[in-house]
Amino acid sequence: MNILVGLSQVPDTTTKIVIGADGKSIDSKGVKYIMNPYDEFALEEALRLKEKNGGTVTAVTVGGDGAKDVLRTALALQVDKAILVKSDSADSFVIASNLAAVAQEIKPDVVLFGRQSIDFDSFQVAPMVAEILDMPSVTITSKLEINGTSLSAERDIEGGKETVAASLPAVISAQKGLNEPRYPKLPDIMKAKSKPIEERAASALSARTEIVGLELPPAKGKGKVLGDSDGDIAELVKLLHEEAKVI
Amino acid sequence: MKILAYLETLDGALKKTAFETITAAQHLAKNSGGSVVGIIIGGADASGAGAYGLADCLVAKHALLEKQSTSAVAETLAQAAKAENADVVLLPASSTGKEIAPRLAVKLEAGLAPDTIAHEVSGADVIVTRPVYAGKARLKSKITTAKKVITIRPNVFTAKKVDAPATTATRDFAPNLADNHVKATVTSVSRNTGKLDVAEADIIVSGGRGLKGPENFHLVESLAGTLGAAVGASRAVVDAGWRPHGEQVGQTGKTVSPTLYIAAGISGAIQHLAGMSSSKVIVAINKDKDAPIFQIADYGIVGDAFEVLPKLTEKVKAVVGK
Repeated sequence: MNILVGLSQVPDTTTKIVIGADGKSIDSKGVKYIMNPYDEFALEEALRLKEKNGGTVTAVTVGGDGAKDVLRTALALQVDKAILVKSDSADSFVIASNLAAVAQEIKPDVVLFGRQSIDFDSFQVAPMVAEILDMPSVTITSKLEINGTSLSAERDIEGGKETVAASLPAVISAQKGLNEPRYPKLPDIMKAKSKPIEERAASALSARTEIVGLELPPAKGKGKVLGDSDGDIAELVKLLHEEAKVI
Repeated sequence: MKILAYLETLDGALKKTAFETITAAQHLAKNSGGSVVGIIIGGADASGAGAYGLADCLVAKHALLEKQSTSAVAETLAQAAKAENADVVLLPASSTGKEIAPRLAVKLEAGLAPDTIAHEVSGADVIVTRPVYAGKARLKSKITTAKKVITIRPNVFTAKKVDAPATTATRDFAPNLADNHVKATVTSVSRNTGKLDVAEADIIVSGGRGLKGPENFHLVESLAGTLGAAVGASRAVVDAGWRPHGEQVGQTGKTVSPTLYIAAGISGAIQHLAGMSSSKVIVAINKDKDAPIFQIADYGIVGDAFEVLPKLTEKVKAVVGK
């Protein structure tokens, strides 16, 4: 089985966001970057598919030199090949197109992504890649079974789950619950430092969106904090009913 | 601008997201001097849309649409957008809307603005705002292509009934579909029967580790029952196996924007705040007065959730009369 997994590098979830001098991006000073948490589920699924079916796993990232770190982690977890497509674009279409170009060359049976990257939270890349490649896609997947060339997947929807059927090749985006990701072992991390990462230039494509500005959310006025006496609890109910008018 | 509004349906009726999409579409049309046309897939009843001002609605019908394939819906919307000469296609950022919109954008060679919470018309541009970095920042962006696809975060664009309701005229729309447009198909759906889902609820009562154990969650359920609310949970209690993952609110769970969010015994880790910080009114109940949840709460009770919840439920009962 030929498996392609797309990985992205994002600021750690606990990062305090400071707006950069350009007013359009974050100030990256002091920010710790990690592998996008949902991509860990995608990578784990790729490794399990290979263990079960044989084949190769290729990890691909679209990003700058810093993004090599996530590819090193993937190499430490024994992916067969790592590709960095060098681009500083934040445009989903540009990123999806570059990922699709790699897929067209590798001809994977399964393409895996995380359900969203936790920086721009856009949910766009997996279905866009599938559309460009003319493949089926299943997003927010919490269970995946592949039999021969057909797949059955469970995905989270509002108020429940749905089961989806499709045939390979297909694009899958991973949700928490799909598996328990493994962690790389220290000797493998050391070995991965000398493994090759193939670098290539991004194709020249026009972005379809433009960032106008990035700002912090409007500061909330100091909330009313009460104690836990009966009177305070009665006051809260009164405020919710008469002031906020939400009950 | 001409706006094509994709109206989601369930069991033959328009969903709440459909009315929100109509309201957001009307706002865009009004500010750009344009009009709105709705589109429904399959045989749903569009008559309820008139109260929200929708006068014109396409009803797409094709045997292949019965297979519930998001790729076939995307193709249908692309054909409808071309036939109607729509400048903007508006969809909800729901679990299916998020699958349809990126495909649609590729088909229309359009830029896509996902999960938006505000729209501002500026000449021929629409400046959209959306939460990024787990709600810790807001990104303003514009789509640079002539055709635009925009999805809206559920529960943010409050559906507004108009003063002069319209009579919705429907027009049949027959897309040109082939088997190849049906890629992945839904084979079965299991719904959490009798339980309101956090992703669709107007009011949510969530519990965290402050409840001390799964056996105490009936206190959360009781308040939720009184308010007609959904029960939510923090990641800590889901990971501990106290509650099912479907109830988890936060970065690895569901993103919610209810009118009222009550967090009981939840400290407010960033992963949790990411999923609920856009709620309209937030109430925090926590015994630690320095818990981060109080920083985004509109109202707070410093106290043990275990003791506060039963009293709160009693007092709420007196107000809502249940």
